[in-house]
Amino acid sequence: MAYPNGCEKQGNEFCGLCCTKVEHFGVKFGSKEILHDVNLHIHCGELTAVIGPNGAGKSTLLKAILGELKHSGNLNYLDAADQNTGVPVIGYVPQHLDFDLSSPLSVMDLFAAGNSRLPAFAAHSRSLRQKAMESLSRVQAEHLHDQRLGNLSGGELQRVLLALALTPIPDLLLLDEPVSGVDQPGMELFYEMVSDLRRRYDLSIILVSHDLPLMARFADRIVYLDQTVKSSGTPAQVFNDPYVTGVFGRIAVPALPKGQIIDLKDGV
Amino acid sequence: MEAFYIWMQNWLPFEWTQYHFMLNALLAVLLVTPLFAILGTMVVNNKMAFFSDAIGHSALTGIAIGVLLGMGDPLLAMLAFSIILAIGISNVKARGRSSPDTIIGVFSSTAVALGIVILSREGGFAKYSNYLIGDLLSISVSQIMILTAVLLLVLLFWSIFFNQLLLVSVNSSLARSRGVNVRVVEIAFSIIVALVVTVSIQWVGILIINSLLVLPAAAARNIAVNMRQYHLITLLIAVISGLSGLICSYYWGTASGATIVLCASVLFILSLFGKTKSI
Repeated sequence: MAYPNGCEKQGNEFCGLCCTKVEHFGVKFGSKEILHDVNLHIHCGELTAVIGPNGAGKSTLLKAILGELKHSGNLNYLDAADQNTGVPVIGYVPQHLDFDLSSPLSVMDLFAAGNSRLPAFAAHSRSLRQKAMESLSRVQAEHLHDQRLGNLSGGELQRVLLALALTPIPDLLLLDEPVSGVDQPGMELFYEMVSDLRRRYDLSIILVSHDLPLMARFADRIVYLDQTVKSSGTPAQVFNDPYVTGVFGRIAVPALPKGQIIDLKDGV
Repeated sequence: MEAFYIWMQNWLPFEWTQYHFMLNALLAVLLVTPLFAILGTMVVNNKMAFFSDAIGHSALTGIAIGVLLGMGDPLLAMLAFSIILAIGISNVKARGRSSPDTIIGVFSSTAVALGIVILSREGGFAKYSNYLIGDLLSISVSQIMILTAVLLLVLLFWSIFFNQLLLVSVNSSLARSRGVNVRVVEIAFSIIVALVVTVSIQWVGILIINSLLVLPAAAARNIAVNMRQYHLITLLIAVISGLSGLICSYYWGTASGATIVLCASVLFILSLFGKTKSI
């Protein structure tokens, strides 16, 4: 953790006091407005799922938070003592890794490139190897360390990328449709891992996803985004919002007795 | 230098080492092939083969500008033009909505056409045809020094920027999240490629320079499983094809640049047989 009053330093397993604030975010491509006046408060230990129709600006929001896209508004990270500590350390897992399958890049090379001063083509230092194995063990992927990235399955690749994003443990973890194109068991395994890691490391997570039933199960908060925040709250609140049900229809929220499907249009 | 020639002639008592120009060419090959091998690894990874090709072709316009300005050696004009072109292409690519291939194609063919038009005034293009196929055997000692300086510069750039470059080639958002300034890295790499291609074009030749950049790395990708092997195998293939190409060109009386590329092509084909085993 990069800040003196961060969750880890508080020695508090579940502090929930750190907060990342996205204030009045707006993004324009030329004269076209993609996002305007987006406000989000993300507490640590919370998984916030961003949902919304295609072209709503979900990925754009993540890229703006990353600083890859120019935006208006502020990004503030407040630590447990409520002091403004500025820019948070961000971990990022991309949507689908747009890499050439024939590239001779091993999992360890990727960790070296992201975490070491020594160039990745040099021999990897012992401390880097140790750090990488520790990170990979968090996602049960130690056995993949010498594999070429192109040899991994979709689910394995995403777990490796998650491990990289968690080295060092970030103040804010961004996941952009991390399991699109991954099979159902791989998908569930991934979300269970994210959910577990969130509790263990008290992570603040923003997750863009289309898997609404899974989000109803794993997310603490849901944000419905369509150019701006149209609805936000607990899964039950958002999936009962008439605005959201008007778009998506009914969605099972498993906080209720198992298997029960709420017909949102009838108001339960 | 004289001592070096004598030492080499004692060490390699062959017919071709009796000529100083062959020993100069040998030195040049030992500088140019590692240079191209190193850059080639990331040119191929970043899918910039077409970009480096365009930079090579644009040298014609650089030469033409040098001639118009009355420069004896147009190298400075070539360098300036190729660096401006490299920055131009990356800017248009970053901003534009159209495919990079199209943008590079437009820039490249314009540069070639402009160069040919200027150089062929009054039917005088023939005297520039040396640039098309290259002339490794006419390299001088001072030019070898320039190549040495460029190789050192590239090694320095590589040791500092390689990790960032690799992350950008994997995924630019991921690179951004690790604190990499993607635009700066991309432009710096484009400029380095432009610099190396332009400085070497006189010796290797416009028509084949890109093959020397791409072939060794492309062959190594077929066999290597990590970045270390990728670099070692690329270097090995480049240097082997450089040496064997130079020696063959002496006995066959052929253009050395093209002979070197042909040797690299043979090694690429051989690498295809290694492919099925490793993946």
